[in-house]
Amino acid sequence: MKKDILICGVGGQGTVLASKLLASAFMEQGEEVRSAETIGMAQRGGSVISHVRIGKSFSPLIPFGKADLILAFEPAEAVRNLNYLKPDGLVIVNCVPVKPATDSLQNSGYEAKPMIDYLKKTCDCIVVDGEKVITQFGSAKFLNLAILGTAAKYDCLGLKKEDLLCAIEQIVHARYVNVNKQVFEEAEKGAFL
Amino acid sequence: MKEYVMGNSAIALGALAAGVKLVSGYPGTPSSEIIETVSKYPHDGVHLEWSVNEKAAIEVAASAAYSGARALVTMKQVGLNVASDPLMSLAYVGVSGGMVIVSADDPGPISSQTEQDTRRFAEFARIPVFDPATPQEAYEMIQDAFVCSETYHTPVLFRPTTRVCHAYASIDIKENWRVKEYEGFIKDSKKWVIFPRLSFINHAKIEKRNPEIGEAYSEYRFNTTEGAGTKAVFASGDSYCYAKEFLQDQKGVKLIRIATPYPFPERFVLDALEGVTDVICIEELSPYIEEKLLQLAGKYKLKIEIKGKLTGNCPASGENSTMIVSDILSQFLGLEKRKTTDYSDAPVLPVRPPVLCAGCPHRASFYAVKKAMKGQKSYFCGDIGCYTLGNAMPLDMCDTCLCMGAGITMAQGFHWVDEEGKTFAFVGDSTFFASGMTGVVNAVYNDADMVLCVLDNSTTAMTGHQPHPGTGRNMMGQFVDKVSIKKVLEGIGVKKILTVDPLKLSDAVAAVKECAEEKGVTAIIFKSPCIAVTKPERPLVIRETCIQCKTCIREIGCPGIILQDGKVTIDQTLCTGCGLCAQICPINAIGGETV
Repeated sequence: MKKDILICGVGGQGTVLASKLLASAFMEQGEEVRSAETIGMAQRGGSVISHVRIGKSFSPLIPFGKADLILAFEPAEAVRNLNYLKPDGLVIVNCVPVKPATDSLQNSGYEAKPMIDYLKKTCDCIVVDGEKVITQFGSAKFLNLAILGTAAKYDCLGLKKEDLLCAIEQIVHARYVNVNKQVFEEAEKGAFL
Repeated sequence: MKEYVMGNSAIALGALAAGVKLVSGYPGTPSSEIIETVSKYPHDGVHLEWSVNEKAAIEVAASAAYSGARALVTMKQVGLNVASDPLMSLAYVGVSGGMVIVSADDPGPISSQTEQDTRRFAEFARIPVFDPATPQEAYEMIQDAFVCSETYHTPVLFRPTTRVCHAYASIDIKENWRVKEYEGFIKDSKKWVIFPRLSFINHAKIEKRNPEIGEAYSEYRFNTTEGAGTKAVFASGDSYCYAKEFLQDQKGVKLIRIATPYPFPERFVLDALEGVTDVICIEELSPYIEEKLLQLAGKYKLKIEIKGKLTGNCPASGENSTMIVSDILSQFLGLEKRKTTDYSDAPVLPVRPPVLCAGCPHRASFYAVKKAMKGQKSYFCGDIGCYTLGNAMPLDMCDTCLCMGAGITMAQGFHWVDEEGKTFAFVGDSTFFASGMTGVVNAVYNDADMVLCVLDNSTTAMTGHQPHPGTGRNMMGQFVDKVSIKKVLEGIGVKKILTVDPLKLSDAVAAVKECAEEKGVTAIIFKSPCIAVTKPERPLVIRETCIQCKTCIREIGCPGIILQDGKVTIDQTLCTGCGLCAQICPINAIGGETV
């Protein structure tokens, strides 16, 4: 298999965990996986990207126009990284924005709607309602599993549901395995669309 | 055994597989995870330490290497500057056991002050350097580096870059490692004590040896030539990966990869250049390979056109990427430029500048100084760490920042040219130990006038919350006496030292005013733990009585205070309940939930 998946969001949203879950699931299937992360300034509200490359590849970063799938945890970050998307690629995006930390001081005017509208206009796009995740499970921290679950529903990962459930058991802290599996299963049924 | 790990972990595991005895270093992005990895895997018999700074790290390791034991030292590239004094001399003295110094470069730069190139440093120090392109290579090459060090009795540099350090890959690792046996230190003052006469003799030996290393590594399995043609691409490090990604679909071009930049593998390169008329060099940070090729072309009178940074064909600064390299190579090969989708009609994207975390005590410390010194001419000399972010609006409390420990000494310089203004230096607890203490001695000895603000948050935060001498914990799992910053300052002779909780705003402001009124060197230790190493308090809320004056937002700009539907609100997922905003609100409209 050859697949390139870009995960993007804001520091703290759980992009690195999502990247590890995917890597684990693909490796269980015997695939070669590599990834590159931006870490460091992520803690302090910066943009973060993980490039997950499955199959034979040389560059640690996905080339522009080659990503099969973009999993975007944040609307502006989805638009920011559209250059990576291949012509018939798919974007799965959470519609709840994270305003920049400086927004209250100097209003950037950033709103999610224009971003989501632009995405719908420019590419194949599935919108995940982050608010429903927060309402049902009490925290934005479960966004990553909601997005992965939604991706599983549309069968665009190249993974079976069981592969990801297995990965959750292996990677997520024991105390949170069950709730994470729940979020994933709900998302896979389409609960957050 | 297969492990999915980042490049830094691959380096650590490779060093363990090589039987390393001692691992030392100082935190620095992108190298910090190497030592953290060693601590997470079995490492019986290995001495592991975060040294107080990179100079100490090299020196501690050198003795191990003198004793025939293998030693690994880790740092980022600017840390190499701090380590350069011992390293330059060590190159002349040599080693017995293998000693490898990992200096992680940072193209961009993403989080460093310079785009300096460790390959150049290796040449300057006259020692070999290895340049891995992937985590798997890093695992194997670090072991080769130890062998090289022992074969040629020289310290060896190892320079990964961010995209190797922080890239994850599945690597095959050897299990059941143990410390390689070593014979111990054999006294021989003619060998181990540096004197000009010894340096004169050894310098000649080094200059004779280096071309021999270049010759030997012309056979090295990671110096490779792929493809064929009259056009050739030279690449090193992650640039090799970007080039290979593009060239996998091309024919009629050679891809030549240099894994041992110094000593330059001359014979390998000359062989690779057979039949080549046009060359382009794909590299980051400096045109090192390009210059070496120009030297070679001059020496052997080669008829080759060499392109790269110097000819303007490659960017002079900044990080490479698959796209930048594809565009360069398309042009070089006379191919059509890639078609790109035009996203220029996208809505304007928000900028996300890094800011201090919600609840960070540094915000309170800077605010206290700002408030206390309002209306007075002051200089605020910052330093390297999370607290460099004190420069962000609305605090704007950082006039200068140069390098580790510089704030303390720069504050003194400003005083000497402007005795009317009041100078402040801000330094973190880890930076204080690393390179701040001597600056304070300088201030007391030269009778300067300044207020030293030590921002003690009990950790080395920016690089990932590593422990340091003031935290009472070291990497051998030992709980040790904390080195007291206050006692150090007392010992140096600082006459007035106040310790204050920055989150108690009026106490903090009073402390600043008290010190600012004094002549000479005074110090305030702002003591409050980093939010990442302590449990948060309950988040605060904006009360109904809020008049939307936005003083809280304008004065401190905490990311926890947001505008929701136009109204000032506290983000309950970010607020740690530090209470700073509550102390700033003019009408007491911020407080706990139950009030």
